[in-house]
Amino acid sequence: MTQTQVQTVLEVKNLKTQFDTQDGMVHAVNDVTFELRKGEFLGVVGESGSGKSVTMMSLLRLIPMPPGEIVTGEAMFGTDDLLQMDLEHLRRVRGGRIGFIFQDPMTSLNPVLTIGYQITESLRLHTKLTEKERRPRARDLLHLVGIPDAESRLKNYPHELSGGMRQRVMIAMALACDPEILIADEPTTALDVTIQAQIIEIVRDLREKLGSAVIWITHDLGVIAGLAERVIVMYGGQIVEEAPVGDLYAHPQHPYTEGLLGSLPRLDQKGQELINIKGQPPNLYSYPTSCSFAPRCPYAFDKCRAENPPLVEISPGRKTACWWDMDNERPRFGN
Amino acid sequence: METRPEPMPTSSEVIVKVRNLKKHFPIMKGVFRRQVGAVRAVDGITFDIYRGETLGLVGESGSGKSTTGRVILQLELATEGTIEFEGTELTTTKGKALRSLRPRMQMIFQDPHASLNPRMNVASIIGEPLTEHNKARGEDRRKRIEELLSLVGLEPKHANRYPHEFSGGQRQRIGIARAIALNPDFIVADEPIAALDVSIQAQVVNLLEDLQDVLGLTYLFISHDLSMVRHIADRVAVMYLGKLMELGDVDRLYTSPKHPYTQALLSAVPVPDPVLESTRRRVILEGDIPSPANPPPGCPFNTRCPVAQDLCSAEVPEWRELEPGRWVACHFAE
Repeated sequence: MTQTQVQTVLEVKNLKTQFDTQDGMVHAVNDVTFELRKGEFLGVVGESGSGKSVTMMSLLRLIPMPPGEIVTGEAMFGTDDLLQMDLEHLRRVRGGRIGFIFQDPMTSLNPVLTIGYQITESLRLHTKLTEKERRPRARDLLHLVGIPDAESRLKNYPHELSGGMRQRVMIAMALACDPEILIADEPTTALDVTIQAQIIEIVRDLREKLGSAVIWITHDLGVIAGLAERVIVMYGGQIVEEAPVGDLYAHPQHPYTEGLLGSLPRLDQKGQELINIKGQPPNLYSYPTSCSFAPRCPYAFDKCRAENPPLVEISPGRKTACWWDMDNERPRFGN
Repeated sequence: METRPEPMPTSSEVIVKVRNLKKHFPIMKGVFRRQVGAVRAVDGITFDIYRGETLGLVGESGSGKSTTGRVILQLELATEGTIEFEGTELTTTKGKALRSLRPRMQMIFQDPHASLNPRMNVASIIGEPLTEHNKARGEDRRKRIEELLSLVGLEPKHANRYPHEFSGGQRQRIGIARAIALNPDFIVADEPIAALDVSIQAQVVNLLEDLQDVLGLTYLFISHDLSMVRHIADRVAVMYLGKLMELGDVDRLYTSPKHPYTQALLSAVPVPDPVLESTRRRVILEGDIPSPANPPPGCPFNTRCPVAQDLCSAEVPEWRELEPGRWVACHFAE
């Protein structure tokens, strides 16, 4: 990597999102701060309820409000704050400069409109292309994501395509306007492994061609191992660790990351017993005042149950939110 | 290619013997519901399950792996073929005789939300099979429920609670307690961890392994998670479009897959290791799995196979024992 000035395309600060539900206030995202660099591939890992999807949805204000509410935060996209921007302006950003791919392509494509219509629609809204130019562009996009016989596919309805094909269409739509940021929320979770491998290959290939920054949300540490440059690990609505991909897998600095890696069986290894992370993920009905992983953590000590550890930089590019220094096996002081 | 002596299976006693098993679901059309075709969910498979082992059954969605499990347990009736369970032919066994066999073969379902009755408390869910099969009543039944709860890592106080009060992992434990209530010999676990979070999956898999040791269970472990199957299984069967492609002991199958589909499938699974991932060679398959209502002629995999020849679309490859304990259905595997 060359050490040039790192350009940031998105800077999120102190994002806090909550949902007012019948059972009480759910604190889904608690004080999340991160940045996305130009052209980088950022992996966001977490289990269900960790706040990974809600964080990204909040950025584009795609959460239902009410019951959802973005309490505080700032999301600087260039010189604009996405969270303060007027809706008209935001609508032009969504699907234009920021593309989104959702988990389930069947529910995010309109079943009564053809693929061609849905792709050209976003070109109509976000580009200056004339009607005549849009159709060929849509065809090129389908071709780009590896859909054979693109011309006739444009006339198809979503139900006529397989799951893998639909996800490709979603990717084509998200890429239609050359977005600066592409947010992909578990894009391969609903797919079979051989189809997942196809999609991963396409995304890898496209990144080289297009240069968009990508945020890839997943629960699968395997999927992003070969894709991401940097990884953020979320737990209980907070970022607990942030690191370059190699360091994270080789030397996790948060007990949760360590536990998660230990609980994964590996295709290329046999024998070792899977390490349990005991207990259950936290419920989010109260705002964290102590470390939310402490009840499940093998290293937890008094301070963990009394004070919520902040996310601090422990070495260049590495951050962790933990009172325990895993390298030196003693409590972490200072900062 | 490595050649190792055939490792001893967990036991040489066959507990389930499946021969040429088929399950076709009719497709009906029109006012008179005439049959116009069939979905060939399972289309002629042959294998044995040994006592005390875990046989992993892997495949993509639509490959027929769940149907196989359900037909073996007689939850669906086979269209053709035979299933022997401890020497008794199941496809011709009916009524009382079949019912008396049921306690010995049980099922763990995928979705612990859908497979537990929300209106029954845990004690009645776990106790129901005991009552149904007259195994225990009154104080004995209560004791047995407590014993089962502690076996699966729950507490006696949980007996009076309802499914919605539990998390996904705990609910799966309840499902497991119900499955082992009658001391079965054989359990079909149909994607038992697919609906659970990663950190909870390991808990449930470790529980299944512990129970196998304690109770001497035999598992048919159906899953699309190839990494987990490598971890838990002794032998693995790979299914594609209603047919078995390959079967063998887990280490040999994962380290030197013989069938092109197994090779592609294994290479598609991402490994949580960035260093390895950056150097791995992947076989990317073209296209999608064909519809089981209209499978291609010849080898079911020939439409996507990277090494297919003319022969492959003309002739169905024979299910043959390549080396002892190693089965494959490919014209060119050697």
